Amino acid sequence: MTQTISEATPTATTPVETGFAVRLDQVTKVFGRGRGTPVLDGIDLTVAPGEFVCLLGASGCGKSTLLNLIADLDRPTSGTIEVSGDRPALMFQDHALFPWLTAGKNIELALKLRGVPRDRRRAEADELLELVRLGGAHKKRVHELSGGMRQRVALARALAQAGDLLLMDEPFAALDAITRDVLHDELTRIWAETGRSVVFVTHNVREAVRLAQRVVLMSSRPGRIAREWTIDIPQPRRIESTGVSELSVEITDQLRGEIRRHGRA
Amino acid sequence: MAAPDLTKTDPGIGADAADKHAEEDLAGLEAGLDALESYERERKPFSRVLLEKVLPPVIAILLVLAVWQIAYSMEVKPRYALPSPQDVWDAFMVQWKKGTVFDILWTSLSRGILGFLIAVAIGTPLGLIVARVSWIRAAIGPILSGLQSLPSVAWVPPAVIWFGLNNSAIYAVVLLGAVPSIANGLVAGIDQIPPLYLRAGRVLGARGLNSVWHVMLPASLPGYVAGLKQGWAFSWRSLMAAELIAAGPELGSGLGQLMDQGRDLGDMPMMLTAVFMILIVGIGIEMLVFTPVERLVLRQRGLATSK
Ligand SMILES: Nc1ncnc2c1ncn2[C@@H]1O[C@H](COP(=O)(O)OP(=O)(O)O)[C@@H](O)[C@H]1O
Ligand SMILES: [Mg+2]
Repeated sequence: MTQTISEATPTATTPVETGFAVRLDQVTKVFGRGRGTPVLDGIDLTVAPGEFVCLLGASGCGKSTLLNLIADLDRPTSGTIEVSGDRPALMFQDHALFPWLTAGKNIELALKLRGVPRDRRRAEADELLELVRLGGAHKKRVHELSGGMRQRVALARALAQAGDLLLMDEPFAALDAITRDVLHDELTRIWAETGRSVVFVTHNVREAVRLAQRVVLMSSRPGRIAREWTIDIPQPRRIESTGVSELSVEITDQLRGEIRRHGRA
Repeated sequence: MAAPDLTKTDPGIGADAADKHAEEDLAGLEAGLDALESYERERKPFSRVLLEKVLPPVIAILLVLAVWQIAYSMEVKPRYALPSPQDVWDAFMVQWKKGTVFDILWTSLSRGILGFLIAVAIGTPLGLIVARVSWIRAAIGPILSGLQSLPSVAWVPPAVIWFGLNNSAIYAVVLLGAVPSIANGLVAGIDQIPPLYLRAGRVLGARGLNSVWHVMLPASLPGYVAGLKQGWAFSWRSLMAAELIAAGPELGSGLGQLMDQGRDLGDMPMMLTAVFMILIVGIGIEMLVFTPVERLVLRQRGLATSK
């Protein structure tokens, strides 16, 4: 495993063309009429098409803020964000499925809002449910599904959107460890099958190392990019494996260093 | 489209036998997890429902009738003021044999339903606007809440003077009673929408009217239905007040007029017949229309308490 800064990984998902899924240039965000310390300060980040990037940082360092900016739920105070292609999909920690619709209809709504004609929606929704291995769940109500199943439906709904970019904001943080492990495997499989670009936010170092091709460590107050690691342990990785553990130790030390700086300041 | 694009494969995941095995393993593991966390909610048998839901109100009604009968036998009030249940039933049968019961009921009920529907048509957009446009909310929000607590019978005299003794006056009173309830219910429903749903809707591309139709209205449905239910109660109440006070040849004869007629004749059984019919219509509509709708809305969302 290498720990170079910003070096392209030699895997097949590395774009042949020098395009980007999303490009952030000097993005700064200050809440409350532009005064006070910025939450994000001069973020430069480019995600290649098909790349899987984990954004790692302590709670409150601005990870969600950054995803909201990319998803166009909020505007940066300065700097530019370019997303190539359609509106990116965003998955929240809370599944955010609509409880008045069935699992299948949640996905069909995403397809409808994307402009897929009515007669094709049902089949496409079922296909997406198959992809997350919930083939029989079309008619299930959200409250009838377990936490893990809800997040899989939420993933299927996100994949129903046209955008190539998938933003995930700590989507597995509320799940038990066994379910989370399984969903890591699923996400890796689905990412490989669909070729989406993923920006996955987490405060869990092992989760980041388990999933990502590139881990980006953020510092807090102001949120800046502190360091990056490129990870070339082959997928599917196991979260318990030595490779993942060793790199996690190193990244954790860095993260703690970042957090300690605030105690001294 | 989001269909699996199998051409882009990470070299880490090949299709050799070991991986195939791991793949099946994962599917099996996931099926196991899903099965462990799923459960079927059992339905109560019909006999239990009958016992728990139907029996108590029947007993309560029988008790009331018994107390009434005893009070009548003991002549707590003079007989002309407190007739027996049998007398009231006879008075009802007289109306029934005249064949006027359905006419009277229908006159009132059709007014009530039409008034309610107009109130829905006005109250819904009004509620949407008040909930979403802050300066309109600041301007008329308090008035709307205030109107809700104003007994609509207070509108009868001015309405009669504005519109005359006719249906317009009656509908005006019904609307003034029901519209604020419906609008306020929707406002409360919209205020209670978790912001996450609105954000999720925006991420999916729902803006403007799409957002209203696909996210805001369905998300606010529990509050909206509660508002509709209250709106119906207010419609019916206002209608009865209006019919009772504003009697006139142009107004036909509904339940309120029946009551008024009973008062003119000093016919207590007739008045009580009218009271019970008003009560039964009010309860009946609520039980047959609003309670099932409310339960459906809550059950769909997994919010129904297992009552
Ligand atoms: N709407 C907002 N107004 C003011 N401050 C905010 C707002 N949203 C987030 N913040 C602040 O920005 C910082 C980063 O928040 P967030 O992006 O949610 O962090 P993370 O997701 O990394 O835990 C926090 O200190 C939080 O208090
Ligand atoms: Mg967050």
